[in-house]
Amino acid sequence: MSTNNQLAHTPLFDWHSAHGGRMVEFSGWSMPVQYTSIVEEHQATRTAVGLFDISHMGRVLVNGPDAAKYLDHLLTRSVVDMKPHQIRYSLVCNEAGGILDDVLCYRVTLENGEHSGYGLVVNAGNRQKILAWMENQQADFDVKLEDITTAYGMFAMQGPRAIEIFDPHTSCELTSMRYYTGQVAQVCGVECFVSRTGYTGEDGCEIVCPSEQLPAVWEQLITSASAVGGRAVGLGARDTLRLEAGMPLYGHELDESTNPIQAGLDFAVNLRDREFIGREAIVGFQRDHKQSVRVGIQMEGKRVAREGATVLLGDQQAGNVTSGTFSPTFNHPIAMAYVCTSAAAPGTPLAVDIRGQEHPAQVVPLPFYERGK
Amino acid sequence: MKQEELHYAKTHEWVAVAEEGGAQIATVGISAFAVEALTDLVFIELPAVGKQVEAEQPFCEVESVKAVSDIYAPVDGEVVAVNTALPDALETLSSDPYGAGWIAKIKITNDAGLANLLDYAAYQKQCEEEN
Repeated sequence: MSTNNQLAHTPLFDWHSAHGGRMVEFSGWSMPVQYTSIVEEHQATRTAVGLFDISHMGRVLVNGPDAAKYLDHLLTRSVVDMKPHQIRYSLVCNEAGGILDDVLCYRVTLENGEHSGYGLVVNAGNRQKILAWMENQQADFDVKLEDITTAYGMFAMQGPRAIEIFDPHTSCELTSMRYYTGQVAQVCGVECFVSRTGYTGEDGCEIVCPSEQLPAVWEQLITSASAVGGRAVGLGARDTLRLEAGMPLYGHELDESTNPIQAGLDFAVNLRDREFIGREAIVGFQRDHKQSVRVGIQMEGKRVAREGATVLLGDQQAGNVTSGTFSPTFNHPIAMAYVCTSAAAPGTPLAVDIRGQEHPAQVVPLPFYERGK
Repeated sequence: MKQEELHYAKTHEWVAVAEEGGAQIATVGISAFAVEALTDLVFIELPAVGKQVEAEQPFCEVESVKAVSDIYAPVDGEVVAVNTALPDALETLSSDPYGAGWIAKIKITNDAGLANLLDYAAYQKQCEEEN
């Protein structure tokens, strides 16, 4: 954590400052938490399109003859069977099955369809930790790791009109690109990597772009987005959007003391016919019915249950809130929490202790928000 | 109320003191600077009428999308009135923070706290430094 004002700047730092971005420290980076209002930026993303600077996230290339074998050893989901253009959400666990990070693994496929290796996008706060972990696990494999976080920036376009707005600017056939696929493509005349991924529950894409060209590309896309009510979106609305979409956030729902099973990320763990770091521990967790699990919570009143608040079932502590906010879409507070299995069924009436007062709540299914198909 | 004539706590509350029926009554709200910094307010928990409050201690809570924030009592005293229209019209806090957006009236029991308040110019300077 940077405490000496030596915060890293994304390629869009000057743009954020010039456009009213309220800059805050986030994982060692200076990032905009909002430009005008979290609610306005949230709603622009749900109704039109939001553009998010996500250059602070770590980007690592994995190449070499053993790249697939190596990642198969590191990640909870197999990569050897990944098809060209495919992307997978996956976890990096330690031997005890604790989550070191949640990552996107890209099979990098060139414009001519040739496979060139893999890319990982990791959380900003975990970048150094994961790089060190990856280097420590490298000895038995013929691989080359390259941290391209600063050479390339990254941004997301999210919302029901994201693809329509992006389409005229790119060589990608966006409408035929499936969710969780990506490819090298021209964006505003710059060679970028475009993927059908995102962190808001909306349709859209994410673009990895050389840092030097990124501000010019962003400027063109912002101009097109503005014409339909789209806008730049800061970290504040990124958090309310991902919470509504029920997506976990590292450092809140996920950390080294939580495991994929209790986090409800079974889909991101592939145990069959393979070995990877943490596998044995995770098999054990599958049989353990006593551990707490991640749930969605809806508050009855207007008070917001924040991270750390105690969740009560009757007069017993049932768990703790990991993230909470006021949902701009539903106009009431929502939260995620880890609770004991006896308190985890949707509909279970609970209470949350907010600053010494008990407020009624109930368990609801995740995600809170799902876009219309 | 004219911003220039109000007094301000370092914690961004404004105060107007008036004589009413032989007692000193402090009307308290939060400054436009504070409202702007909080943004996206969703809820306010007003203090109960009759509550005894202490200068520089929290006496009211305001919830934004981002966080919950305390509002501090600028003086020692007793809450004698609260703005009951506010919870259902939180936008008043941003549209008229020094008028219809007032929060509570406190009957001052000890006016020592008043000496710690800033005048308009000093408060403006603090806001500029925080910006």
